[in-house]
Amino acid sequence: MANELSEIQKSQIGKQNKKGQTYTDPQHLFFKAPRTAAFYTGSEVIKEAIRRANVDVMVAYPITPQSEAAALIGELYAEGYVGDYMRGESEFAVMGQCAGAAFGGARVFTTTAGPGTMRAMENFPMWVGSRLPIQMIVTCRGINSPLSIQPDTLEMYFLLGTGMLVWHAETAQDFFDWMLMGYIVSEQPDVHLPLALCCDGFFVTHTKDTVMLTPPDMCLPSYDPYRSPVVCMDMESPPVRMMRDPFIMKSNYISYMTHASWQEETRAATERSRKHTIPLLGGLIETENVDAEILIVASGTAVSQGREAIRLMEDAGLRVGLVKVKSLRPFPFEELREATKNAKHIFVPEFNVIGWLATELKAALPDNHRIIAGPHVAGGMTMPAEVIVEEIQKTLGKRVSTLAARGS
Amino acid sequence: MSKEKIQICPEFSDIMPPEYRDLVEQSTYGNEDRGWKDIGNSKELIEAHSLCAGCPESMAFRYILASLPNPEDTVMVGSTGCTSLVFPMVAVHNIHSLFGNQNAVASGLKRALTLRFPDRVKDVVVLAGDGATVDIGLDMTLQAWFRQEKFTTICFDNELYANTGGQESGLMQKGFVAKMAPTGKKFDKVRLPEIARESGCCYVVHLTVSKPSLVEKVIKNAVLLAREVGPTYIQLYTPCILEIGKNSMEGLQEMRDSEKPGERFNYKEYITDEAKQYLADIEAKKKAAAIPAAQLTG
Repeated sequence: MANELSEIQKSQIGKQNKKGQTYTDPQHLFFKAPRTAAFYTGSEVIKEAIRRANVDVMVAYPITPQSEAAALIGELYAEGYVGDYMRGESEFAVMGQCAGAAFGGARVFTTTAGPGTMRAMENFPMWVGSRLPIQMIVTCRGINSPLSIQPDTLEMYFLLGTGMLVWHAETAQDFFDWMLMGYIVSEQPDVHLPLALCCDGFFVTHTKDTVMLTPPDMCLPSYDPYRSPVVCMDMESPPVRMMRDPFIMKSNYISYMTHASWQEETRAATERSRKHTIPLLGGLIETENVDAEILIVASGTAVSQGREAIRLMEDAGLRVGLVKVKSLRPFPFEELREATKNAKHIFVPEFNVIGWLATELKAALPDNHRIIAGPHVAGGMTMPAEVIVEEIQKTLGKRVSTLAARGS
Repeated sequence: MSKEKIQICPEFSDIMPPEYRDLVEQSTYGNEDRGWKDIGNSKELIEAHSLCAGCPESMAFRYILASLPNPEDTVMVGSTGCTSLVFPMVAVHNIHSLFGNQNAVASGLKRALTLRFPDRVKDVVVLAGDGATVDIGLDMTLQAWFRQEKFTTICFDNELYANTGGQESGLMQKGFVAKMAPTGKKFDKVRLPEIARESGCCYVVHLTVSKPSLVEKVIKNAVLLAREVGPTYIQLYTPCILEIGKNSMEGLQEMRDSEKPGERFNYKEYITDEAKQYLADIEAKKKAAAIPAAQLTG
């Protein structure tokens, strides 16, 4: 069954926490609870989601553009909505502190960005192998040298191989909903994996948008660490010697096989997350007009720019469809094959220099000559809808008008 | 965890390994007076280990596990190195995640356990080698002390990277010739005990493991103080006999030689007044509790 609660969690529903919030069935919270509109920045939306997420431990560290959100969670802690809160000494340490808290049975939250994500990288495969359902917000920014703090999604490329669940939010509304839903998916016994919930820094974190919020007096049920597929490190269950010989000591088939099968299992857990994610997020992808011969496939704010480009092209009499990729891990192979089966040209606008989404699509879709890896911008450049229009027109052999936005 | 939780389901008792049955029937969980003298009379919390024959680290491990005041509610955090080869055989929950992050992991762990078990004591004990504690993990070692995180840090100081084959470490003696120090180490042994004192540890002890009763006392003090007063740091000389060219039988003598007056592992202790008072109070309470029993027997 998808998104089941444990008996302990079920017994909490309807009761109140120390802040007077009512533990609410997630299905009710997500889909039935009344919503009110608020005009907030992405950072403020992160705070509002955490207010409702019943988080035990948050570890913070300053790095642009996530510092504001991380500090706002500190205010929630001061108000009593978060169990414990600390500033770590570096992202490497922060992710270790998150791991420690999750090993000890806490629901854990952190935020990071750009070079901080890279500095912490050693931790992420460890979180996965240790089955720690930590939620990490990544407000993507440049990781290149010379130093840049501007939006750029290159860091996501490195997260794709860690074994974490990786979702890419387009808007602040996605963020609000997916943060709460993310805990429910991550903490399922057959998933139990960390989630990297990514957004494009500044574009989402520092702009205001209208977001429909659930009532502040309703929150998620607590994390139940005894549903973990591995032992919670709290000495509440009998200590079992994990193995007679540590596998690292042995150069033999059993040792290799053990490591290999655990890696396979964590990847299988990623795939098992689909059945929990699809009903909550409404699918791993979202489509519009995919019967069109020209498609834009994108994730994050590139989706928003794609929508704008589609509108411009509609005005010019050209019909273009859209695929929004919400989840990159698990990767929606089948969904994308189905959605792109009619397309003759597939454009992949991205905010990074390498075009990792296009690379992923080229490996996943048949007839991949249809895929045009672009346009991409990097280093903080914006991607006006006209740039996407130009790329499409150029490919189709149409006349290209000069763009004022490019300064030419 | 209470000892009652370590039970064997009757249906499975005949197929459980004898080591596990011994653990249920003859270990010292819940025994307040447990100590190194139980070794040989009870089931130890460490099973057969994969360290070298005669390795002083294995002695240290056994004394420490025998001395933990509250093993039924203790979680240990390790790091990569020879110690990480032993932890899988230890019968308390233990975490090995990465190399050098042990004090960061312990910080998060202690906070989570404090939050989840507000009315109970859950001890957290870090045990890592000198490379993990002083080199790659120094930042996190010190920052945990600056923040006054309430757990014990134990460093097995063998003055080199043993598990990777004898490379120079920060705690190596100056002039020692090792891998990666082909002409001898150029700088002094890092003075972590002094740094620990200045960084906010309330109890710092620097010793060898030649005397089990002393190790027991120090470990008990360190864990008890970390509960209430503040971070504690214990640095134990556990020579790597393999890398310093000694035989299996020579580890103990190496430690005895190194702890003589004027030698680099002469016993060194630092304790704050607050910590001293806390230990004195515990001692006084123990004595007060012992009086009625004495009267009864008298």
